Amino acid sequence: MRYLTYLLLGTFFGIVMTKSEAISWYRILEMFRFESFHMYGIIGTAVLTGALGVALAKRFDWKTIKGEEWNLKPKDYSIPRYLFGGSIFGLGWAMTGACPGPLFTLVGQGIWAIGVIILSATVGTWVYGLLRSRLPH
Amino acid sequence: MLDLISGPWHWAVSGVFISLTMFALLYAGKSFGFSANLRTICSIAGAGKTAKFFDFDWRAQRWNLVFAAGSILGGFIAYYVIPNPESVQLSEATLLYLDAVNVSRPGATPGFSNYMPAEFFAVDNVFTLRGLIVLVGGGFLIGFGTRWAGGCTSGHAISGLSNLQLPSLIAVVGFFAGGLVMTWLILPLIFNL
Repeated sequence: MRYLTYLLLGTFFGIVMTKSEAISWYRILEMFRFESFHMYGIIGTAVLTGALGVALAKRFDWKTIKGEEWNLKPKDYSIPRYLFGGSIFGLGWAMTGACPGPLFTLVGQGIWAIGVIILSATVGTWVYGLLRSRLPH
Repeated sequence: MLDLISGPWHWAVSGVFISLTMFALLYAGKSFGFSANLRTICSIAGAGKTAKFFDFDWRAQRWNLVFAAGSILGGFIAYYVIPNPESVQLSEATLLYLDAVNVSRPGATPGFSNYMPAEFFAVDNVFTLRGLIVLVGGGFLIGFGTRWAGGCTSGHAISGLSNLQLPSLIAVVGFFAGGLVMTWLILPLIFNL
């Protein structure tokens, strides 16, 4: 039952990613070429409404369904991991036109070549795990 | 009504739905972070024997894998059950750029998705030089970069910025720095291959 909720939430997310066209390689190209507001509108609206909701949750101490604190732990501050890791992800995002969520959504659309990207991304994560202690964080 | 669902959604509607997804997960006591699934998959595949980073109780992450499975199902439904009747409506500037670099416009390849160019994403082109560079190279950068940064678009750009986290802002600056370098400097070279 609990898992059904996550399945349905994921399904909703996959539909939103598709209908927003955020899964489109073309839309990501257009975004990085600053030729349309579309993607900025999506991310901007999500962040604005998200920030408003998180602020309200903190102000009124909203709890989870189990009555616990929301999972809003502050992230440890540093620069290298976010800047270097973020930039490397950015290269891949613009190259494939997809971030991890859309990659999975695209598999559902029968784009089998995406399987190569997911496999390669998994290898990338594995290699990061191997090199982790030697990278600046 | 069906037109309203099947067609492309307004960016504002899409944005609100994305933050609603995040809030639903927060309300459930979880957090919105998709790329964590890649680490979980490594762990399930036995990578815990090779690096401590993968030696964790992945069962606690099962909900996220189920969420990922749902997003595949959602892609199927949105694409096959309630398909968008029209191709992606790009700006004129982007269309002209595609023409200039010889990449097909949305919907130009019959029988192939109009969300991406067949040159790189059709199965027949997987084993071309540029197909391999984009699929294998791009995938590796995504997997390596997201884990180093500790999150992707969902974890940093949406969740982290909503929670006013400076580290997430640095990560998003990185996302864009990398994205701009790829789009303006490297992709044009790949288009020429």
